[in-house]
Amino acid sequence: MTFYGYRRPDGRVGVRNHVLILPASVCASDTTRIVAQQVAGTVTFSNQQGCSQVASDQQLTMDVMAGYAANPNVYGTVVVSLGCENCQMDLVVKAIQERTNKPLKQVIIQEVGGTLKAVDIAVRYAKELAAEASMLQKEEFPMSELIIGTECGGSDPTSGLAANPVIGEMSDRIVADGGTSILSETTEFIGAEHILARRAATPEVHDRIFEIVHRYEAALRLVGEEVREGNPSPGNKAGGITTLEEKSLGCIHKGGHSPICAVYDYAKQVEAGQGLVIMDTPGNDPSSVAAMAAGGAQVVVFSSGRGSPTGNPIVPVIKITGNKLTFAKMEDNIDLDASPLIYGSKTLEELGGQLYEMVRKTACGKLTKAEALGFTEMAIARVCNYV
Amino acid sequence: MKNAMMIDSKDNVCVAIEEIPKGSIAVYMREGKEISLPVLEDITIYHKLAARDIAKGEPVVKYGEHIGVASCDIKAGEHVHVHNVEGRREDLEAKE
Repeated sequence: MTFYGYRRPDGRVGVRNHVLILPASVCASDTTRIVAQQVAGTVTFSNQQGCSQVASDQQLTMDVMAGYAANPNVYGTVVVSLGCENCQMDLVVKAIQERTNKPLKQVIIQEVGGTLKAVDIAVRYAKELAAEASMLQKEEFPMSELIIGTECGGSDPTSGLAANPVIGEMSDRIVADGGTSILSETTEFIGAEHILARRAATPEVHDRIFEIVHRYEAALRLVGEEVREGNPSPGNKAGGITTLEEKSLGCIHKGGHSPICAVYDYAKQVEAGQGLVIMDTPGNDPSSVAAMAAGGAQVVVFSSGRGSPTGNPIVPVIKITGNKLTFAKMEDNIDLDASPLIYGSKTLEELGGQLYEMVRKTACGKLTKAEALGFTEMAIARVCNYV
Repeated sequence: MKNAMMIDSKDNVCVAIEEIPKGSIAVYMREGKEISLPVLEDITIYHKLAARDIAKGEPVVKYGEHIGVASCDIKAGEHVHVHNVEGRREDLEAKE
């Protein structure tokens, strides 16, 4: 199978052709919003970080910024910084250039003489990049070029019964094609990490799976907190999920049955053609999706029992639910109804095939419901992390 | 008509796949056989009910794995949720 995408100068293949207006810190975020509103074809987000962070915390922010600019769905990037923040322009540019050689422009608000001048310059750069991007023609590529992120949010028991197994089936097909699938959300491995570890392709991966789970719990204990105080959420419980272990045992179905070939830290660049890999991300959806986008995922598939509208600025997010009532109530937000699996009217193979085809069409350019509605919310993990 | 589901034959709970009112019968499959279970409480769709009596302190099993521990005695047919189950962190690496 193939899809039509955009070839990038660094050799990667994108499924969207955005120009990213990247705020280096919270102090540049309103400026990038104004710039992005002015130029069609651009995207941005509200960066709540980028300054006053300790080194390990700042690294998470830097990895998301660099990863976003390098994501193949992005044609090129205009970085806007205030000038005095910890994420200095030269550091951001260096981090981006370590990952990609795509077009890159810089505007420092304090150096160019304030907001209006910065907006003027950044809009002109953005216009130039958007015009170049618009000339690019799509080419046909094998499915092995795809890196698919998998996520679950607003879970309920149907996520583990239907939506996540269907994602797992799709994931196994992508892996069989020579592509890459990312299983995320370390907090939702808790209680199920032994099952994942058994599927590790190597002893190193086996040990890393236990390591990221124990590290996550230990990091929260350092500040006197327990992961289960925020997870499962009130909505998970109202839906019928009782404990974190139960949530986890449903969550891991997104990884299908393939061997786990690598474990990546948050927002690090994922190599293509690796099969099934894990990324160490929070259960918090916007920050987990952001990490996989930063890792290079071109498409994210997201299950939601309760019904989530979450999108992403640079990556199309496909929504799937296993809850027939949620699909009936929130069809405007949800792309695929997996509930027939529970009631026996469709098989796992049928629904997995349907989702695979939806991923392929999305890669070819079909808008997901989250894209059509313009959802771009995202978050960046912190050292004192989300659960 | 089936209105519940047992995911793994080791499970001691099943999942309601329809609303199941108190006093009615939950019907689910276990190892190819249809099982009927009198339901003692209203069970909200997709919530769990005990497939057999579960003693206080006994693991609650779903997906064939421990999802927590019964915090009181639970009778077959009762609702199983946060009021009678506690999450318990097990050392799964040591168990391997």
